[in-house]
Amino acid sequence: MFGALQTALLASLFLGLSCGLIGSYVVVRRMSLFGDTMSHAVFPGVVLGFFLQDEKNPYFILGCALLAGILGALMSGSLQRTTRLKQDASLGVVLVTFFAFGVGLHSLSPQTGVSSYLYGQIAAITDSDLLMMGGVSLLIVCAVALLRRPFYVASFDPGFARNLSYPVKVLDSIFAFLLAAAVVVSMQAVGVVLVSAMLITPAATAYLLTDRFSKMMMLSVGFSILAGMIGCLWSYQQLKTPTGPAIAISAAALFGLAFLFAPQYGVLAKYLRRRQQVRQIRRENTLQSLYRIKEQRSDGKRAVTLSELAQYRRRSPSHVLPELFSLKKVGLIESLSGRDVWQLTMNGEQRAAELIRNHRLWELYLINEADYQTDHVHDDAEKMEHVLKGDLLEALEKQLDFPTADPHGMPIPDPAKTSVLLREGGQK
Amino acid sequence: MKTEVHALEVHDLTVTYHKKPVLYGIDLAVPTGNLVGVVGPNGAGKSTLIKSIMGVVPMASGWAEAFGQPVNDVLGRIGYVPQRESVDWDFPVTVMDVAMMGTFGRLGPFRRAGASERARAEEALERVGMLPFAKRQIGSLSGGQQQRVFLARALAQDSDLYFMDEPFAGVDAATESAIIELLKELREQGKTVLVVHHDLQSARDYFDMLILLNMRVVAFGKTEDVFTTELLQKTYGGRLTILAEMAEQAAKVPLEKIHKDHS
Repeated sequence: MFGALQTALLASLFLGLSCGLIGSYVVVRRMSLFGDTMSHAVFPGVVLGFFLQDEKNPYFILGCALLAGILGALMSGSLQRTTRLKQDASLGVVLVTFFAFGVGLHSLSPQTGVSSYLYGQIAAITDSDLLMMGGVSLLIVCAVALLRRPFYVASFDPGFARNLSYPVKVLDSIFAFLLAAAVVVSMQAVGVVLVSAMLITPAATAYLLTDRFSKMMMLSVGFSILAGMIGCLWSYQQLKTPTGPAIAISAAALFGLAFLFAPQYGVLAKYLRRRQQVRQIRRENTLQSLYRIKEQRSDGKRAVTLSELAQYRRRSPSHVLPELFSLKKVGLIESLSGRDVWQLTMNGEQRAAELIRNHRLWELYLINEADYQTDHVHDDAEKMEHVLKGDLLEALEKQLDFPTADPHGMPIPDPAKTSVLLREGGQK
Repeated sequence: MKTEVHALEVHDLTVTYHKKPVLYGIDLAVPTGNLVGVVGPNGAGKSTLIKSIMGVVPMASGWAEAFGQPVNDVLGRIGYVPQRESVDWDFPVTVMDVAMMGTFGRLGPFRRAGASERARAEEALERVGMLPFAKRQIGSLSGGQQQRVFLARALAQDSDLYFMDEPFAGVDAATESAIIELLKELREQGKTVLVVHHDLQSARDYFDMLILLNMRVVAFGKTEDVFTTELLQKTYGGRLTILAEMAEQAAKVPLEKIHKDHS
């Protein structure tokens, strides 16, 4: 009825819907190992399903696989209740034991077709398999649509779910059953060994991209389907690659892209944000240096030469120049003579005064209120000067009773007055 | 014969953890419209008291009623603010999403939230000053802000009886005074609020009534009546260590043996 390509695409769709939806809960509930256990625990059921029937019957295998999965979940649950084993160890015991039983049973009486359940083989999926997969994934989609709200609240805050009279334990059982069903839908395409990759990786990818759970579910389904399709096409082109690894690697590649390029949580975005911060801090330090150089002079001259500044910053002029140019761009400084002589503008004067005030206020605070040693405060203040603002700044000034000098005897400038003074001075 | 219906009534409540008793024969009758503090030393079972009344932790024996009915039947009239540590703050939900959960009680599990629910959630966020943060993911908030969000969810529930588990833990001074103002407002509206609190100093100012708890109810009554050196010493003084010790010993004795000794 279905061609090879159609089978591949339909299987990807079913697998993507089931694993994408269920996987979202698996990831936010930190149940990854539970998913892995469930997928390995169904294997002896699959083998038994082949073993007990002469002809391959997808519904019978489905039933056996579900039973084995549920048995595994119950066993690890009772291990936790009756021993002092925690969840990870009790799941681990069940995972390996069930899987070993499956492999052992299979070697006793090897049945053809079992290996495609182990690593996934899209070519081995028959039309009746496909119908079964479609039916089960429809069941999963309906169940999740219906129980969306209770699942969501119970995943976030079980205590509050209880407050809303949701039957948390019943919901957990239903969820375990749906998880087993998702494994069964996907095992022929991906194989039981790698099904958990489909439960975790696409949802983890989605988790890096959004802060809304509903969006995460949709993205997760999208990535699952996409990974399924890429993997199926890949293994379709190159018959040597089993479908399971091809799909899992595709999912991992998508994850890799999100890991690198996610707008909020990706490493590239984090790196760029960090770099921007570092540059900002450097610029602000240069700004302050101009202020401090001027402050140290007795004649009150405001212009500073490039070599003076480089020496003060203990860096080469070529390092300092780009910072000067970007400060000029935002109108904080102006150049008096090409690239050699610079001066703070009115705005620059004010911003520099703010930074210096922050620095000196913080030093004073550390020494007076937190009993720091005088020689310990500078480095800390170097950091704080860039972040101190708003309510905390006001509170700090109030607590120190609006001081005018720092512990080293340097004046603590008042940025508002700085620009006024400057304006008056300019008029003179 | 009951002359008045209490907001909360607890009778002979016992809770065990790994067979060890954590709470022992608790009796309480909290009159409606009070701000009640639950205080006691670490490990006294303060949080467990609330959790067991809510049914989050099972009771070994006893019962709890709210407004004269089993708690289970009137959960819709009860609001619960769990400890802040009880949820994963990296969960993909926004401040608004959490406040919206407060409206789920009336909506039931299936009905869609509409404009009126949204308005109720927004109003609750406004009351705790968190509306400007509505779109933020909850993990990016400070501890005090997170607690305010939890409180907004409880306000959106519009309950008659509230249980709050350490709402002042790890919050800044401004949040603490904002929360206490809000709790007083709730009391003015005739609501009853039970608050687990660990700071004895402020407990005296904050609450109308106090439950002094240490495995047992050492004292329960109006703050001015029970905030006495003698009772506080009894609560914090560790005189109940023998009870805890014996309870632990007893937990190790197999059940049959106890029955045999009794017969």
